[in-house]
Parts: sequence; structure tokens; C-alpha cells
Amino acid sequence: MSAATTADTAGSKTQAIRHRKPSNAGRLLGVLAWAVGLMFVSPVLWMILTSLHKESDAATNPPSFFAQLSGEGYQAFFDSGPMPSLINSAMASITSTILVILLAFPAAYALSIRPVKRWTDVLFFFLSTKFLPVVAGLLPIYLFAEHFNLLDNINLLTLFYTVMNLPIAIWMLRSFLSEVPVEMLEAAQIDGAGLLRTLREVVAPVVMPGIASAALICFIFSWNELLFARVLTGTVAQTAPVFLTGFVTSQGLFLAKVCAASLIVSLPVLIAGFAAQDKLVQGLSMGAVR
Amino acid sequence: MTTATAPVGASKKGALRRSGDWARRAPLLPALILTLLVTQLPFVVTLVTSFMNWNAYYPDERGFAGLDNFKTVLSDPDARKAIIMTVVLTLSVVLIALVLGLLIALLLDRKFLGQGIVRTMMITPFLIVPVAAALLWKHALYNPEYGLFNGMLKLVFGEHAPQVDWIGQYPVLAVIFAIVWQWTPFMMLIILAGLQSRPMDVVEAARIDGASAWQIFVHMTLPHLRQYIELAALLGTIYVIQNFDHVFTITSGGLGTANLPYYIYQTFYTAHDYGLASAAGVVVVIGTQIAAMLALRTVFSIFKEQGR
Repeated sequence: MSAATTADTAGSKTQAIRHRKPSNAGRLLGVLAWAVGLMFVSPVLWMILTSLHKESDAATNPPSFFAQLSGEGYQAFFDSGPMPSLINSAMASITSTILVILLAFPAAYALSIRPVKRWTDVLFFFLSTKFLPVVAGLLPIYLFAEHFNLLDNINLLTLFYTVMNLPIAIWMLRSFLSEVPVEMLEAAQIDGAGLLRTLREVVAPVVMPGIASAALICFIFSWNELLFARVLTGTVAQTAPVFLTGFVTSQGLFLAKVCAASLIVSLPVLIAGFAAQDKLVQGLSMGAVR
Repeated sequence: MTTATAPVGASKKGALRRSGDWARRAPLLPALILTLLVTQLPFVVTLVTSFMNWNAYYPDERGFAGLDNFKTVLSDPDARKAIIMTVVLTLSVVLIALVLGLLIALLLDRKFLGQGIVRTMMITPFLIVPVAAALLWKHALYNPEYGLFNGMLKLVFGEHAPQVDWIGQYPVLAVIFAIVWQWTPFMMLIILAGLQSRPMDVVEAARIDGASAWQIFVHMTLPHLRQYIELAALLGTIYVIQNFDHVFTITSGGLGTANLPYYIYQTFYTAHDYGLASAAGVVVVIGTQIAAMLALRTVFSIFKEQGR
């Protein structure tokens, strides 16, 4: 009985050290965390609320928080013909993300599992292209597109996004790939598996989370891109961000429909990001430890 | 641990090396060639163009210009302002977002009710498309007539509350805060990942030995976080230095907020001065290289240390 009590006290003591009792200061910090979180999310909440108001209720001062809800803003947005640009954005982002993974995966494989001689130099090169501001390549790529009649062509933009995201994807995948057990590769080789089979059956399953992280981040970056999309596309191939920049008119009230438009354009990124929060964190902290 | 596994690893590497050199290099080639073509080649063209007198409006005057474009970039008041704005914008956004991100990460690392919900709320700004976020700040928050900021002032202080023309009076700050709002979650996420990878048993031991929370933070947490903070600063710098969306949307480069990417866009897209735009591009590249050099070296030393 007494032994049990001692053990119990000892247990609760370690418990106390591990999760110290919520002191007043601790509770206060919890409240502070909530306050900060609410502060950061409040512009988005305001955007959602405004998008659901009538134009006349959206543009009031002081704000009318409890005005009647309405789908007017969304109606106006969809009436302005945003679908082609949304489809273009989806095409460019999804295709380029697939291409990035198809190209980055073997490259990262060569860099980590079967290192090429002087592989650090190659990795350094890939990383360094990330430090070459894309804006410096704007003019040559525009001139190239103009010369070969590729302006306003979504495929050129897709190709550009692929290369824009390649370095970061290679960097991320490499850090995930370095966790593949070499024993499994050995076994695969002894079984006489070719490179493709080794990749598909041994390596891919282990690094699937890494692929998901890299894909998510590449998708977000290409969906968000504005500068190149604006310069390289016109009426046919314009993407959703470009459509947004041309959405604000100086005539009349537009706040509700701008909020509705901004929300809908952000929706794919919001959904992907929320659904794969842990992947986002994993991806962003890539290579910091490994 | 390294010594114990080294011989085994070596023999395995030997086995792998037996397959042909090209077989090992082949997977690398497509990515390498494509990157060379699409990133390096255009830069060479930019470099060449930066030494040329080339304006699409005056095609006959095309020719070699020597260092003229660079002289213009460094002496033209607009260009010089753009350089300064780029430095100010990048430094302030990265520093503010980094400090805020660190503080918020520390807050979120503690256990409290609704931790997951608060983390989700914190991530949200990063998941809004930048143009959309800039539009939101410009029209729904900053607008002097019906923006939420002035609206809240009126709601709290009554009918005679001061009404501020946020963008008109503080254009640079208006751009900075809109970007900080988006990048703080990014910094926070990376630092939070660092915090959660701390070896907790060592921290516990220090706590039992009587180390104060502050001592643990300065001597254990911060050194551990160093590489995460560096990574966050590095990635933040690369992206903020190239910011175009916010400057373009919130002020259209007016009111002294044009940074180098906007200046390049304008010089090339509106003024069609290809030579000058290229020289400005070269300046951005050099600036980014300098800014990233130190950070990159530290990040890269991590790869070399574990050198597989």
C-alpha cells in the first residue's frame, strides 16, 4: 500500500515536471496565443464576411457586421467570366507540379542515394538558381516567347513554373530521400531490379510524404505567381491572379465582389494547405535538420 | 556511431558504384539540362543586354552601350530609390516577420486549450494568394472611407474618431505590414518545427538541475533554433526581395514604394528600355547573391557535415 503510494507520488511528480500545472501565467499565455491567432486570422474572417454582404452593406463606415447576408458578390464574380483563368491556373499549377516531381525525384535520387562524383557542386548549382531572382530572366524569356510566337500560351508558363520550382523540390526531396535505408536498395539490386523498378518499388513508398510536401509547396508557388503570368499571358492564357488584378473597376461599389473573388481564387491553396498542414510544416522545415 | 557504420556503408557504396557511371548520372540530367536552359541561359542574355543600348521604341539605335545602363541604374533617382526601397522592404519584412514568428512559435509550442485551432488560424494568411491578400489589405482594410481600420476607429472612438489615409500617409509601412502579415506564419512554421525537434530530455534535465526558463531559452533553445532561424531568414529574403504582387497591387509602385522588381517590370514592360531593365536585373542578382551568400554558406555547411 505504502509502496504503491510512493510510486504514485513519484509518478505524479514526473508528471508535474513534464506538464507543469497550468499556472496563472501559463493560462495568460494561452489567452495571448488565442488573441494573436485571432488577430492574424481576422482579415480573412473580415474578407469572408464582406464577401457575403451586399455591396451597399460592405462599404459602410462604421462597418455593418450584422448586415443581411447575400450571394451578390459571388454572383457578380462568376458573371464576370473567371472560369477560363481559373482553368488556366489549374492547368499550369497541376501540370508543372507533376513535371517538377517527375524531374526532381530522379535528380534528388542521384544526389543522395547514388551520389554522382562532386554531387555537392551539382546540389550547390541547383540551390544557387533559387538565388537568381526570376525577375532577372523576365526580359529574355519574354523576347524568346515573342520571337517563337509563344506569348499568351499556357504551356510556356507551365514550363517556366516547372523550372522555377525545380531547385526547391530537389532540395526537399533530397533530404527526404536520405532516409531511405540502403539495405533495401541492396536487396533490390541483388534481385536484379532495374533503376525504374528500384525507384518505383523501393524508394517511392518511403519518400511518399516528401513527395507530397514538395508537390504541395510547388503547387502553392505556381498557383500564386503573378509577375510572369502578367507579362507572358494575355486574354487567352491569363491565370487567376492576373484576372484578379484586372478585377477592380473604378466604377461603383466593388468590395463584396473583390472579397468573393479573392476568396475563391485562394480556395484551392487554402484547401490544400489545411488538408496537409503537417506536410506543409515538414516541407518548409526541409533540410534544416538533415 | 559514424565510425561503426562507415565500413558497412563503404562496401555498399562499392556495390552500387559497379553499375555504370552514366546509369548513375542519367537521373540527374533532365533536371540539370532544363534548369541550365531556362535559368542560366536567360541570365546570360540579360547580362549581355545590360551592356547594350536597346529600346524597343528606337530599334535603329540598338548597339553597344558599355557601362551606360549601370551608370543610369546607380545614378537615376528612380532607380536609386528602387534599390533603397528593396533593401528597406526586405530587411524590415524579414526582421519583423522573424521576430514575430519566433515569439508566436514559442507561444504555440506550449500546451494550451485549442492549440491546433490557433495554429490553423496562424497558417491562414500564408494560404491566401498574394494578389488577393494585397487586394484585401488595400480595399477592405486600408481604404480611408470604408476600410476596416478606419471603421474600427469610428466604432471605438465614436463619430469624431480620427480617420487615417493609411496608404496615402504611410505608403511604405502599408506595403510592409501587408507582407509581414503573410510571411510571419511562414517564419513561425519553420521555427515551430525547430522547437518541436528539440531533445526534450536534455531540457528536462536542465530544468531539474535548476536552470531558469530564460537560461534554458538562451543557452539551449536559441542555439538549437539557429539553423531553423537561418533557413527561415534565407527563404524569406529570397522571396521578399522579389516581391512584386504587393507593390503592384497596393500602390502601383507610386508614393515611393517602387522596389527593384517593380522598377524592372516598369522599365521593360512600359518604357521598353531593355538595356536599362537588364542592368537593373543584374543589380538585383548581385544584391541577392550578397544577401544570400552568408546564409547559404551556413545552410550548405549542414549538407557537407552529414555528407552522405
